[in-house]
Amino acid sequence: MTLLWLIPFLPLLGATILGLAGPTLGHRASAIIGTASVGLAALIAITIGVQWLQRPPPGEVFTQNLWTWVNLPGLSVNISLYLDPLALLMTLVITIIGTLIHLFSTEYMQDDPGYSRFFAYLNLFVAAMLLLVLAGDLVILFVGWEGVGVCSYLLVGFWFSDPANGAAAQKSFIVTRIADIAMLAGLLLLSTQLGTLNIQAMLAAATLHWPRGGMLPELAAALLLIGGLGKSAQVPLQTWLPDAMAGPTPVSALIHAATMVTAGVYLVARTHVLFLLAPDVMRAIAIGGALTLLIAALAGLMQSDIKRVLAYSTMSQIGYMFLALGVGAWSAAMFHFLTHAVFKALLFLSAGAISMRLHHAQNIFAMGGLRDRLPAAFWAFLIGAASLAALPVVSAGFFSKEMILGDVWSAPSIALWTAGITGALLTAIYIFRAVFIVFFGPVSTEPSGAYGIRILLPLALLATAALAIGWLQTPDFLGGRTLFAQFLTASTGATPRHPIPTLITLAGCLAPITGIAIAFGLHRAGFWQAQAQQPPSPLSRLLRSGLGFDAIYDALLVKPYLWLVAVLRHDPADLISTALASAATGAHRRLRATQTGKLRRYIAWITAGSIATLAMLLFA
Amino acid sequence: MTIAWPLPAALALALFLLGLLGLLTRKNLVFVLMSIEIMLNAAGLLFITAGMRWGNPDGQIMLIFVFNLAGAELALGLVLLLRLRNRLATLDGDAANLLRDTP
Repeated sequence: MTLLWLIPFLPLLGATILGLAGPTLGHRASAIIGTASVGLAALIAITIGVQWLQRPPPGEVFTQNLWTWVNLPGLSVNISLYLDPLALLMTLVITIIGTLIHLFSTEYMQDDPGYSRFFAYLNLFVAAMLLLVLAGDLVILFVGWEGVGVCSYLLVGFWFSDPANGAAAQKSFIVTRIADIAMLAGLLLLSTQLGTLNIQAMLAAATLHWPRGGMLPELAAALLLIGGLGKSAQVPLQTWLPDAMAGPTPVSALIHAATMVTAGVYLVARTHVLFLLAPDVMRAIAIGGALTLLIAALAGLMQSDIKRVLAYSTMSQIGYMFLALGVGAWSAAMFHFLTHAVFKALLFLSAGAISMRLHHAQNIFAMGGLRDRLPAAFWAFLIGAASLAALPVVSAGFFSKEMILGDVWSAPSIALWTAGITGALLTAIYIFRAVFIVFFGPVSTEPSGAYGIRILLPLALLATAALAIGWLQTPDFLGGRTLFAQFLTASTGATPRHPIPTLITLAGCLAPITGIAIAFGLHRAGFWQAQAQQPPSPLSRLLRSGLGFDAIYDALLVKPYLWLVAVLRHDPADLISTALASAATGAHRRLRATQTGKLRRYIAWITAGSIATLAMLLFA
Repeated sequence: MTIAWPLPAALALALFLLGLLGLLTRKNLVFVLMSIEIMLNAAGLLFITAGMRWGNPDGQIMLIFVFNLAGAELALGLVLLLRLRNRLATLDGDAANLLRDTP
């Protein structure tokens, strides 16, 4: 367990080596360094995890102080790693899924000229993400937070020669940066009010000094939440995520599905003691999560790019996590994080595997009939889709979504539960729409090539996990096992279990099945294909654009800003100094007209001047 | 023998104005130089008149200075005139206008 510091350090080392010596290393060495650094970190994490389960440290917390970073009166920041069940869960997910995605990338990016640069960025991302989750101090967490933001920027704009990718990278960076300003303000508020940014000390001080529902805890929680909303692509800061799909597919799998976008969920869960003091903010989290999951699910129905379907589904699933956080179901949110990380990484990787064989096509209508042509990708995608749609019993997503819906029901909030169950129905429809379009029907494009072991192994492992991992925590009618919630108890506190009416459980089972049936029915009726051929109606255009948030922000924020810039580019503040200069040049222009070159006129002026001078001397 | 001082003073003023008038109206630089000489003479006349009025020899000393100055100035002026004539083949002062403002 004393090797904890190696977990973030190894990927950082890998990133440094690849970043400095990358192009000279060649493909093979880059791939080995890139994958091995994360793989070793995963091995250490697994070892620590096993030790933890056998013999948990006292208090189920392990702290490793590395060194003191800032030591000022009123503020001291230690670089320290803080490991508890929550951080351990995140670390395991990041390193294990990270390793699989690195392995996948070694084959996926085979022909890319920026091969070593890709692994350098990816390693740097893993290092920053691990620092984020292992941070014992909010300042260190913020360093990791900004680090993953930078890596997201670099990787979204990885193919920077296309200006559209650069624009998408900037958008993702700028939108999250806006959220980060709020988060930074929250950190400053906490440090000035409570005098510490060490997470545990801060939480203890908050419970001691702040009343529940007071102004300060509400404000601090709201500011932290805005940071989390931006990072996790929740309404109203969700617009960057679909555009972020411009990056390579393994990047989307690692950053924009499994790990970074769930940083907001982690932040709220990590500081949940503070959020418990702010009931209004909690309500806002739940409502925002419900809104996001509905909006994103509706938008997912209309996408024609396979990665955008998955992007909206990510947004929607994180909406579920926020919904769970909003009703205080911390372990349900983290359980959904776990299953979502597995099945969404699986979906993205299989989508990448499909488009690899189709000359990097991503339009689902250009696919079709791939079930027999690419059976490995088909099964992987199908398992992922079933898990996303929460197909009862056989998929991991079912168990976590059932847990969230049950907790939301017993919160109690019927409106939020209705939103959740509607979202579950829509999720099943849009993801199986993609399944039917891509894998069934006539073949549109003939795939070429074959998969290597580095593609198949991650897909197989993730698919197995997507089938099995749900059994860590089962609803009452399947045994009521609570291994996962028990594991997290030290971090999140014990979650009281409420009996959930059979009807509610049944609705949770039926919604996905109904959704799949609807998607199948519409597929048989040829509705989806017709949808692609007809010109889109205004409604479907609105849905496809994600309810027009981009257009609204464009009109409300971007246009006025550009107008202001156009006004300010000539520096009105400089008017005083430029006016002096232009007065001088104007006077100069008028006076030089007297320079006529006519001798007699000069004489006349001299005479007149002399007379005037004399007159002044005599009469003044 | 004393003459009333206003008379030569008026003569000096008339001479000065005459010179100034020539300076303002004449184009030919020879006449301009002559006008300047007339004005200097007017100044010299005023000096002696003033010396006479207050019974002070300084006025006459100043007149000798003025003559010296006029001689030196005339020599220089004529040299400049010759240079100008060599260069521009004219004695018109308005032709020497290279330093004017060219819009």
